[in-house]
Amino acid sequence: MELYGFKVPRFTALLFWAALWEFVGQFELLLLFPPLSEVLMALPDVLTTPSFGEAARLTVASYLGGLTLAIVIGVGLGMLMGLVKAADNLLNMWVNIFLSAPLSALVPVIMILFGMGMPTVVVTVFMFAVWIIALDTRAGVLHVSPSLMEMSRSFGASRVARFRIILWSAMPEILAGVRLGVIRGVKGVVIGQLLVSIIGVGALFSLYSQNFLMAHFWALILILFAFALTLADLIARLETRIEYYAGARA
Amino acid sequence: MNMNTAINIQEQAATDAIIEVRGVHKVYGETVTALQDINLDFNRGELTSLLGPSGCGKTTLLKIIAGLLKPTSGEVRVNGRPVTGPGPERAFVFQDFALMPWATVVRNAAFGLELQGVAKAEREARARHYVEEVGLAGFEDKYPHELSGGMRQRVGLARALAVDADVLLMDEPFSAVDEQTRRKFQEDLIRLREVENKTFILVTHSIEESVYLSDRIIMLSPRPGRLNRIVTPEIDRSGDPDLIRRNPEYLDLIDEIWTGLRAYVE
Repeated sequence: MELYGFKVPRFTALLFWAALWEFVGQFELLLLFPPLSEVLMALPDVLTTPSFGEAARLTVASYLGGLTLAIVIGVGLGMLMGLVKAADNLLNMWVNIFLSAPLSALVPVIMILFGMGMPTVVVTVFMFAVWIIALDTRAGVLHVSPSLMEMSRSFGASRVARFRIILWSAMPEILAGVRLGVIRGVKGVVIGQLLVSIIGVGALFSLYSQNFLMAHFWALILILFAFALTLADLIARLETRIEYYAGARA
Repeated sequence: MNMNTAINIQEQAATDAIIEVRGVHKVYGETVTALQDINLDFNRGELTSLLGPSGCGKTTLLKIIAGLLKPTSGEVRVNGRPVTGPGPERAFVFQDFALMPWATVVRNAAFGLELQGVAKAEREARARHYVEEVGLAGFEDKYPHELSGGMRQRVGLARALAVDADVLLMDEPFSAVDEQTRRKFQEDLIRLREVENKTFILVTHSIEESVYLSDRIIMLSPRPGRLNRIVTPEIDRSGDPDLIRRNPEYLDLIDEIWTGLRAYVE
């Protein structure tokens, strides 16, 4: 980043906004906006309460559960759509609808079906993450180089061997889908818990906002953001490695 | 007595023609005739080129021989047995290399053997041998994207050689590499033929390339693809490969073929 001809490190931008937050917060204009320093002070407080530990455990468990389900079913669904034309005709429109539909509106229905507990959150995470994974997997399968398939046939590849080639060829797209699914899944876990609002971080959010503990509220948001971005970054790293191998695909 | 002669003739035929193409037609869709009534023999140990302008069906013919495409009618026999699909006695070299980007040079070269179920240690040893033979020693553990186009095609060639097929089917193997690399590759192929006793069928649209490399050139004419002419270049390739390019026979034959093909371009 360059500013008036000076080289400045990129995180300066972050410092700028943090300073602005602190500055505006100091005026105590809104109860909603405590200064950043106060939020940071609340961080250890939030992290050490037993209810946070319990909420974090539940959040992580339902997130990972929903995401695993989404990856397994999403990749399977995408493979099916990429390989079987009939399945694609049948499913493509619906997957696209679910991809862009406001899924939050479905959470109450999920709640009726699965109750006011963890299963609802797991299903919400799944619903948020699965469609993009399925669509990206489908795209990956459709882009497998025809000559690579011809090659495997000419050397006498079995069905299983050909399937392995398709899976590996589609891996860059699958991982791109998983990365987006990971981010959407975080949305799912938060929205699910907020709407259920008696478990996990959703319960904490309600607790903090109802008691006007805004510093704690923001601290919890910071923690969730950090969690989501760290996960997405981990997947992105894995992805660049695979992209690297896929560089010669064309 | 009579029977003996019959057997002799059969044996004779078996040693000469490794691939027989009999009455092959190929129609795409309902209307596009890619190949019309192709009858051909490919002799064991020879390098035969299929030459012709684009649209003459030369790649289609090669893929039918490979068993990757089915002819609309007619049949292909390899070693006297009708082709129903790909087989271990034929190996294919692809125009766009068709390497697995996630696998190293050795794994790519060993892929045919891997599919045949050869144990890992043995297939890698054999793959390494052929990787070296095609001039890629030192690149065994590189990935395809770390190699130039010419080097990638060498991996494709090593993969085809490693399965020890009788016939190597090459689909415009040098068309995606630059001119200098192509020339070097062609020279190396001449040398390779002295070591590897194999039958080569090479699809090309380059007149120079076909004359430079082949024992026999089969010229196809386009739309519909038909047998046009068979040329047998008699060029001594034992000496310096560079000298061939100045050989008057080589140059004359190129001219002659061009005169024949010109009609299809104009």
